[in-house]
Amino acid sequence: MEFKHPYLPITKEIESEMLSSFGKRSLEDLFSNIPEDYRLKRDLNIPTSRTELEVAQRVQELASKNKPADTGRVFLGAGAGIHYIPSVVPALATRSEFLTSYTSYQPEISQGMLQTLFEYQSMMAELLGIDVVNSSMYDMATGLAEAVLMAARVNKKRSKFLVPDTINPVHWQVINTFAEPAGITIERVGHDQKSMLLDLADLKSKLDSQVAGVYVENPSYLGFIEPQVDEINRIVHDAGSLLVVGVDVLSLGILRPPGNYGADIIVGEGQYLGSAVSYGGPYLGVFGCRDRMKIIRQLPGRLVGMTRTSNEPYKRGFVLTLVPREQHIRREKATSNICSNQALVAVTAAVYTSTLGPEGFRHLGEIIAHRSHYAAKQLNKISGVTAPAFGASFWKEFVVRFEGDASAQLVHESLLKRDLHGGKILTEEYPEFGESMLLCVTELHGKTAIDQLVEVVRDVVTKGGGTR
Amino acid sequence: MNRQRDSQDSKYRQANWNEPLLFEMSVSGKIAHRLPAVEDEVKRLAGSLDAMIPAGMRRKQSPNLPEMSELQVVRHFTRLSQMNFSVSSGIYPLGSCTMKYNPLINEQAALNPGLAWLHPYQDVSTCQGALELMWELEQWLAELSGMDAVTLQPPAGAAGEFAGVMIIRAYHKHVMDEGDQRKEMLIPDAAHGTNPASAAMAGFKIVVLPSSNEGLVDLDALKAASGPQTAGLMLTNPNTIGVFEKDIGEIAGIVHDSGGLLYYDGANLNAIMGISRPGDMGFDVMHMNLHKTFSTPHGGGGPGSGAVGVKEKLIELLPVPCIVKVKEGRFDLNYNLPRSIGKVHGFYGNFGVLVRAYTYICALGKEGLRRTSEIAVLNANYIAHHISQIRGFSLPYSPNTPRMHECVISAENLAEETGVTAMHVAKRLLDLGLHSPTMYFPLIVPEALMIEPTESESKEDLDLLIGAFKQISNEAYSNPDIVKSAPHSTALHDLDEYRAAHPKTLTLSWRMHQKRTAK
Repeated sequence: MEFKHPYLPITKEIESEMLSSFGKRSLEDLFSNIPEDYRLKRDLNIPTSRTELEVAQRVQELASKNKPADTGRVFLGAGAGIHYIPSVVPALATRSEFLTSYTSYQPEISQGMLQTLFEYQSMMAELLGIDVVNSSMYDMATGLAEAVLMAARVNKKRSKFLVPDTINPVHWQVINTFAEPAGITIERVGHDQKSMLLDLADLKSKLDSQVAGVYVENPSYLGFIEPQVDEINRIVHDAGSLLVVGVDVLSLGILRPPGNYGADIIVGEGQYLGSAVSYGGPYLGVFGCRDRMKIIRQLPGRLVGMTRTSNEPYKRGFVLTLVPREQHIRREKATSNICSNQALVAVTAAVYTSTLGPEGFRHLGEIIAHRSHYAAKQLNKISGVTAPAFGASFWKEFVVRFEGDASAQLVHESLLKRDLHGGKILTEEYPEFGESMLLCVTELHGKTAIDQLVEVVRDVVTKGGGTR
Repeated sequence: MNRQRDSQDSKYRQANWNEPLLFEMSVSGKIAHRLPAVEDEVKRLAGSLDAMIPAGMRRKQSPNLPEMSELQVVRHFTRLSQMNFSVSSGIYPLGSCTMKYNPLINEQAALNPGLAWLHPYQDVSTCQGALELMWELEQWLAELSGMDAVTLQPPAGAAGEFAGVMIIRAYHKHVMDEGDQRKEMLIPDAAHGTNPASAAMAGFKIVVLPSSNEGLVDLDALKAASGPQTAGLMLTNPNTIGVFEKDIGEIAGIVHDSGGLLYYDGANLNAIMGISRPGDMGFDVMHMNLHKTFSTPHGGGGPGSGAVGVKEKLIELLPVPCIVKVKEGRFDLNYNLPRSIGKVHGFYGNFGVLVRAYTYICALGKEGLRRTSEIAVLNANYIAHHISQIRGFSLPYSPNTPRMHECVISAENLAEETGVTAMHVAKRLLDLGLHSPTMYFPLIVPEALMIEPTESESKEDLDLLIGAFKQISNEAYSNPDIVKSAPHSTALHDLDEYRAAHPKTLTLSWRMHQKRTAK
């Protein structure tokens, strides 16, 4: 019997008609160039075709084996953020015309996507306090890797890059993957033991004429806010290096934007802006830089520019611009190999950001600060628990340390039994912190869930868990 | 300039809303969303914001973001979406991009909260379904490609290429101890631009191989270029003119004999599913564009996914973590690969894209995947034949050899005889409600129009596309100005790209616009 499928509009009868229209008798004739030796002479070992209903059932079967984090009972952050998504965001961003288009190579019929991406670039620029933002990188980790490469292109004769030793260990891994073949050495700058803030004396001692750029984070991976930014700005620029800042874009309703303290390149994770955590992807590398041609020419990724029609009456329009930086023109001399990016996630971020507006960003920043500080203070009341574990101020995430018998793993397991999920365990990454966890509290975490989390921790730490 | 109105108007019109920018619609005080107030008790214990955040780190000035009502946001983006051509709108025969139908069940699956709301650091006991999905997808992709193992981590095709060539680099360096010697990557002149860009990022020197008169890899040139300095060859098969490299066995032999590895650029995999496998052709490492072959939507430029497959000897070099099946129904993440190239993404890749590719393969199954490739090839040959018969158009390189999933038509004759170039043809197609093919690629074809119809298009739609080429040819020979001044019926035309890119007028954000106009 003929195999029919909803995605395939050519029936056997039409197939014959089409073949004979150009003098072929069978499909086989079309594959004549593939040598016999390289033909697959069996069926693929892949399950047989399923109907839509069967596919939906299989998806539900898999989904039901997972415990999703939309309950507000998962206190994980560390580079992926569990936040509320207003209903307008997915409804608009997944409109078929956005979803099923390619990169806007034909601006005459793609003004909708181009204007949306221009608005994305513009709103991110307002948040970051910088003039130029590209239309997306894959995620914050690869965005930072590209920033390292970019800094070394702007500062052509320099081949070192400095990062704080409190950097996200995954970011450390990713930037090293990219930097090593480019001949760039990445060095770590130490921190103050009590506050975790950047050790400026160590920064100065490592900042020689070979350093292309210096990276700082605000808030950092470990949650603390780095307040020495004005001094860092001065030190880094005095040495002729570029300042690269990693930022939590969602904090920028209440925290000072990096453009304001001299950042030359800014990277951030844009998943927080209206996209679900989605088991780690697709995310959004927010990537901005200063309005200086020397820097802009080294930007990786696509840029949408505002222009107008060539002739009067002039009409405003949008096009992809500065394309000669890109791989399809410049090939091996391109600023990056990036082609497919995260455009739809940028569209999502644009809808989210315009939905929240300035008032929403400020309010959300405050809500998160209140909830996370409430959680830290409640935890800190428990004897044998320190939260936050360091002196510096924080906003959304903080390290909690467990003294005594209770291991972070035991706390984690006890929480799981109560249908709660603790933060990322840091014991392996940062053995010097002892038994510790990176907790993340957002607007999605209500007082009830926080109180329950605190209860379980108290139980484990003071009574040895009882569940052990 | 007064534009000549077009007598053979297709009556196609895209929405043209004249939609202002968000910033121009903003009215102080409006909101499109409200967030719940924090409980008093929480606030009391948490303390004041001033106590939490150092004064020097507080934002002094509110960001200049738009202030609108919820409906205004809805209307704005609805209107903009209507000003955007998509696969859902019409034929999108963009060569190399595989603009096939993106089934809606895939979208629904990816939005399922049980998949969409998983945090990547959740305890593996709470995300077994996600790991099972990824593990199964890896098995299917390995089977389809003839590879021994697959990683789903690279978030796009180019990212897959980078991971792949890094694996080649690690192989020569750590496994063969020839890292200092094997510095050259061979790449045909007709290759996708990402190939040389990715290889350069991995530190390789690019050696460009000229194509033969048939548009295939020139074996003599390959022999001459291969040697102890060769790290590998990056090749797509079928190649970018849409022809299968029939000498692939010999090509693989030459590269392997010189000690190099073969990299397969999977951009053109839609031609051969269930028919031929890169692994069987001798390729050692490859990437697959899940957003092309496996129908995940292109989203106006992304997200994609560039899964990478490797042969046995390269498995230890894959990025970490790997997904492992511990026992039946039990999956885990393995970070313990000491020789791994490291990480190429913050987490495990574009999971949401993987879900869509998974459901797509589920829906088509083994028979559907093969049939997909058959029809993709049938459609491309139908187009290649009928368009190359039209006056002014031809099918350069091996005109009598069947095309695979795409074909590259040349408008060279048309340009010489009428002055109408490939660019003009492309723009005229927009007037007729069709997206243009990929233009001026590959570089070896003059006035190239690269057409990939995909299996999704019906014969009726293919005939529409062929009819459009016929109309444009007639116009070119009778009244070329209609074509040269196209498009006529689109929302905008003649956008000033020079002005867009000029340092004095370059405007990449509303902030830049305001600064420029203030000057």
